[in-house]
Amino acid sequence: MNAIISLEDVQRSYGEPPVLACAGVTLTVERGELVAIVGPSGSGKSTLLNIIGTLDRPTGGVARIDGLAVADLDDRALSALRAHRIGFVFQQFHLAEGVTAVDNVADGLLYTGVPRAERRRRAVTALGRVGLSHRLGHRPNQLSGGERQRVAIARAVVGDPPLLLADEPTGNLDSASGAAVVELLHELNRQGTTVVVITHDVELAETLPRRISIRDGRVVDDFAEPGVAA
Amino acid sequence: MSTALAPPRARSRLLGRDVLRLGTTGLRARPTRAVLSALGIAIGIAAMIAVVGISASSQARLNDELDRLGTNLLTATPGKSLLGKATTLPADAVGKIGRIDGVQSVSSIAVLSVPVFRSPLSDPDATGGITTTVADDALLRVVSGSVRSGDWLNPATSGFPAVVLGHAAAERLGVVSPGTQIWLGSNYFTVVGILDPVPLAPDLDRAALIGGPVAKELFGFDGSPTTVYERSDDAAVDRVRSLLGPTITPQSPSDVEVSRPSDALAARNAANQAFTGLLVGLGSIALLVGGIGVANTMVISVLERRREIGLRRALGATRWHVLVQFLGEALLLSALGGVFGCALGTAVTGVMALVNDWPFTLPAVTIAAAVASTLVIGAVAGFYPAIRAARTPPTAALSS
Ligand SMILES: Nc1ncnc2c1ncn2[C@@H]1O[C@H](COP(=O)(O)OP(=O)(O)OP(=O)(O)O)[C@@H](O)[C@H]1O
Ligand SMILES: [Mg+2]
Repeated sequence: MNAIISLEDVQRSYGEPPVLACAGVTLTVERGELVAIVGPSGSGKSTLLNIIGTLDRPTGGVARIDGLAVADLDDRALSALRAHRIGFVFQQFHLAEGVTAVDNVADGLLYTGVPRAERRRRAVTALGRVGLSHRLGHRPNQLSGGERQRVAIARAVVGDPPLLLADEPTGNLDSASGAAVVELLHELNRQGTTVVVITHDVELAETLPRRISIRDGRVVDDFAEPGVAA
Repeated sequence: MSTALAPPRARSRLLGRDVLRLGTTGLRARPTRAVLSALGIAIGIAAMIAVVGISASSQARLNDELDRLGTNLLTATPGKSLLGKATTLPADAVGKIGRIDGVQSVSSIAVLSVPVFRSPLSDPDATGGITTTVADDALLRVVSGSVRSGDWLNPATSGFPAVVLGHAAAERLGVVSPGTQIWLGSNYFTVVGILDPVPLAPDLDRAALIGGPVAKELFGFDGSPTTVYERSDDAAVDRVRSLLGPTITPQSPSDVEVSRPSDALAARNAANQAFTGLLVGLGSIALLVGGIGVANTMVISVLERRREIGLRRALGATRWHVLVQFLGEALLLSALGGVFGCALGTAVTGVMALVNDWPFTLPAVTIAAAVASTLVIGAVAGFYPAIRAARTPPTAALSS
């Protein structure tokens, strides 16, 4: 019951006739885990992550996130869950152009009711955690791809959410910047955050203690390094 | 394990001052588009404000003028006879009216059919519409007229071929200063004065005014006036008005037409008000088009910013927060147009008042109404786009 993610036969279908992007996924992720989701393109990884992040609702099965059954929650309750309990990192960063790193990160707290001065103060701290203390006033177009993704990660963790979801965070980065981002995810995980990462990169996935393989909307393999509680 | 109540969960919350800040992000990101789409509303509001301001200012001018000229002047003219030929009033009309209780002053004119020319060499068919008119000493005071240059007729000049020209008459004859000779009824007359326009007796503007004695001597004037001017106490105007006809021609009172020139001035302004109604209509159309412009801009903005909307939803924004953000942006956009329009409309009113020498008048309620209507327009224009933004699914927004 303490699992941060608990999916039971979760399905997500699109269109008519229904196409199952998620065809009955059952899995549990405990607090403090670091998980990779791997699979070929179109296998349903993003669909699964959107359901875990409550951006999307399953059309079948039961999804429990942070102990709450998603089906029982209305838009306000789901939004509250995202505002306080879940951080997102996207392949395309989704930073606001023309806005400084500090203000981009501070927006991670915009919907928590924290006043702006405090948001900015905590944003400076978060940028320190991702090693960007020297880039506070830079705008996205003045930053490298790796730096932009670290700003996005800072925005995701500025509110200290227990769950961090990343959809191909290294997809747009060269290998050196990608490695730095992966190391950052490891570091956040060591500090207690549960991290779920979608990746195409097999080498990257190998470095993570648990790997869930998806194919055609189903879990085909769930491998945990020995010595890691699954 | 435990049946204890779940701990209270933190809610998703957006502070009011952050709503304001969010509303401006779209405007700051695309200032040109914001200005252009606010322009329609600005023009509409400016038109409305200017129309109201201009008509209020000209009305204020009229009120000032009426205050100055007085509204207690009545004129009596003979009604048209059965054959449609203008007739005259009895020669004793002025004396009889002067004896009515409440009458302060009386004067009269008589229009003669005597042609007026610049010189004996002028084309005899080109009379220029100038009427030879017999006037008495009191006339100018009774109609609140004033002399622009030279002098008004006095008992001495009334017996000589001396003439005072109304301002239009002087213009048509090309007379700019007293001392000039004109050719009136086959006699040389010396211009002794030129009048300012006379708002309460516009007929005098086209008149060549001569004294009674010289008119009797040269043109056989019999003393019968064609118009009598009369001023009374303000409170007595209505009573005097009903007495004028019976006093002048007791046997057929309805032969006398009585009018109040100040009413005609007010009516002229009322005609301007009809024109004002037209302009207000045009202003409303501009406002409508402006509102559609804002709605259009907002719809485009919502389409372009699907990713931003998705991101905000991922950061914890509720549908309501998204709706409020876009509604706020539409309100700001139209308020921007409204403020611009108020400034522009006030400026136009100011310039018109300056040029026409009107007292600047713009009722505060007009500005309040303008601001209120821009807010209504913004809310209506922003409602549909904001609903669309709020309905955008978070996943669709992020994957686009
Ligand atoms: N909004 C949608 N409408 C219809 N079909 C969809 C929609 N979103 C996803 N799908 C389908 O669901 C399947 C899974 O898509 P998903 O984006 O989850 O794949 P993915 O594993 O993330 O792929 P990639 O690695 O390319 O990102 C695909 O076949 C896709 O076409
Ligand atoms: Mg994907």
